[in-house]
Amino acid sequence: MSIIQIERLVKTYQVYQKKEGLRASLRGLFRREYRYVEAVRGIDLQVEKGEFVAFLGPNGAGKTTTLKLLSGVINPSSGKALVMGHTPWKRDNAYRRRFALVMGQKNQLWWDLPAQESFRLHQQIYRIPQSAFQQTLDELTGLLELRDLLKQPVRELSLGERMKMELTAALLHSPEVLFLDEPTIGLDVVAQHNIQQFLRFYQEQRNITILLTSHYMKDVGALCKRVVIINRGNIQYDGSLTGILDQFSGHKIVTLQFAKGEVPENLEKFGEVLEVQPPRVQWQMPRAQVTETLAAILSRHTIEDMAVEEPPLEKVIADVFAQNDLDAARESFAGPSNQDNGSARGNS
Amino acid sequence: MLTRTLTWWTILRISLEERLVYRGDFALGTLMRFLPIITQIFLWYAIFEGERVGSGKTLDQIEVVGYRYQDFVAYYLLTMLSRAFSSMPGLASGIALQIRDGEIKKFLVQPIGLMEFLLLTRVAHKLVYYVIAAAPFALVFFLCRGYFVPGWPAPEVLACFAASLIMGFLLGFFLEASIGLIGFWWLEVSSLLFVYMLLSFFLSGHMFPLDLLGEPWGQIVDLLPLKYLAYFPSAIFLGKVTGQELVRGLWIEAAWLLFLIGLSRVLLWRGVKRYSGFGG
Repeated sequence: MSIIQIERLVKTYQVYQKKEGLRASLRGLFRREYRYVEAVRGIDLQVEKGEFVAFLGPNGAGKTTTLKLLSGVINPSSGKALVMGHTPWKRDNAYRRRFALVMGQKNQLWWDLPAQESFRLHQQIYRIPQSAFQQTLDELTGLLELRDLLKQPVRELSLGERMKMELTAALLHSPEVLFLDEPTIGLDVVAQHNIQQFLRFYQEQRNITILLTSHYMKDVGALCKRVVIINRGNIQYDGSLTGILDQFSGHKIVTLQFAKGEVPENLEKFGEVLEVQPPRVQWQMPRAQVTETLAAILSRHTIEDMAVEEPPLEKVIADVFAQNDLDAARESFAGPSNQDNGSARGNS
Repeated sequence: MLTRTLTWWTILRISLEERLVYRGDFALGTLMRFLPIITQIFLWYAIFEGERVGSGKTLDQIEVVGYRYQDFVAYYLLTMLSRAFSSMPGLASGIALQIRDGEIKKFLVQPIGLMEFLLLTRVAHKLVYYVIAAAPFALVFFLCRGYFVPGWPAPEVLACFAASLIMGFLLGFFLEASIGLIGFWWLEVSSLLFVYMLLSFFLSGHMFPLDLLGEPWGQIVDLLPLKYLAYFPSAIFLGKVTGQELVRGLWIEAAWLLFLIGLSRVLLWRGVKRYSGFGG
């Protein structure tokens, strides 16, 4: 049985719509207009034990809402979810002792006290035996290089150090499932790398299940074999990271460096020109035509250097999101029955 | 049970430590709380002096609505003590802020109750306050001992006084917590809190002894829980409420307490159900 099972999960938010100006504010005292936004629109998903899954999607796609639903922070509008056999929004203590949620922008440590005080409180809240607590704490603070910082008030730690402390707090009770919402947001490259390394090592060692949302493709590339693209509350892709290229990118990037005076005319006939810095030219070419086109160029021109690459993953995913937005806009223009993710309704 | 007690002790200990971080600010805040009572005592002194001049009586012989000057001073000192138990600065606004900025999520994710946690942190807050305020309180009461004309009450009255103070603390806590939990619907409760503070100032006995109120106000005040926050404990100590009336009063206070505990639980349960997880 999958450790996480989601069936037709829906979450609709009621969002207050305020028009501009004082008059609208006064009117809002008596009659308010709300929009109903479907943040999650009936998703189905299964995650197996030991998987490290990334949720990708633009802002407002429904990634964080899904994590909030799975951690029991909010109740769904409809649908089912089981995590380790528990319905998250029932908030059973038995469930809450088996998972952890880390949100990159939220602090669960006591701001004015050293982190070790918060850790001690976690020990009591999660009922961790002293020996297990000490062993886990030693292991985590060793891996994350935090031992010298345990006595320092949290407010005096850097952002990267605070995030490491947050992770330590979240892992003290050895959760079987970990939800990470933007764990590296705002961190510098070194801190991001440290946290990535730690997460990869810890996940492999403990074989825990991790669901991660991140905007940093490096996080995803370094950590997750499985990627779920979620946009406008729907799952649009579920598979490997490289599979995204196969499914969504029909192109390759070809860069050629020509010998002096060899740059051909009519560059457009070989593909979409991305960059021209003579004698270097870069094209985006349809995958199927790369061999044929290259052969044609090589037969007529002298080439000094050549590279054929996959397009950057960020760009492919951004194109997928942009295409989805375009499709949704087209649908909404097609008629009132095909509205996008919100429907306006008056309410007093 | 032992594990639970250990958890409570840890929350209490850490809250105490946190309270002591900004000790200078806390000590100053504690001492500043004596200022309002001094102004009230001076105000009543001026009123009594006005009555005395030309009357040929001494200050002790003057009565205003059945109270002598020393009765007023004793009353105000005791309400100050009652308020030290029942007032909950920052509780309601703190809960509403946690709801608004999303900090409340951690109580939904971790195996710990929000109310349990808040109550323990509030106990810690009060304990630190009593430690800092004990010496100035003792000094003020010692200097004003002459105003307590009947002297120390009987031990059973003192026990009832202590019970009313402890229930007053819990009553104040669950009342303000309930106001804070309205933040699940309103997000911002500062205006509601202002109305509550205003009503509490007049109808808890903080401003003046409630037995000065004529009807129907006296009856209205009797129907509200606010009088247990300041007036009732003071009235017990001063012997204004005795016998059956005292027992009845304590039972009504306990009933209010149970009602407010229930109300806060319902508000939390319903609020969490409609919570949208604001703040990312």
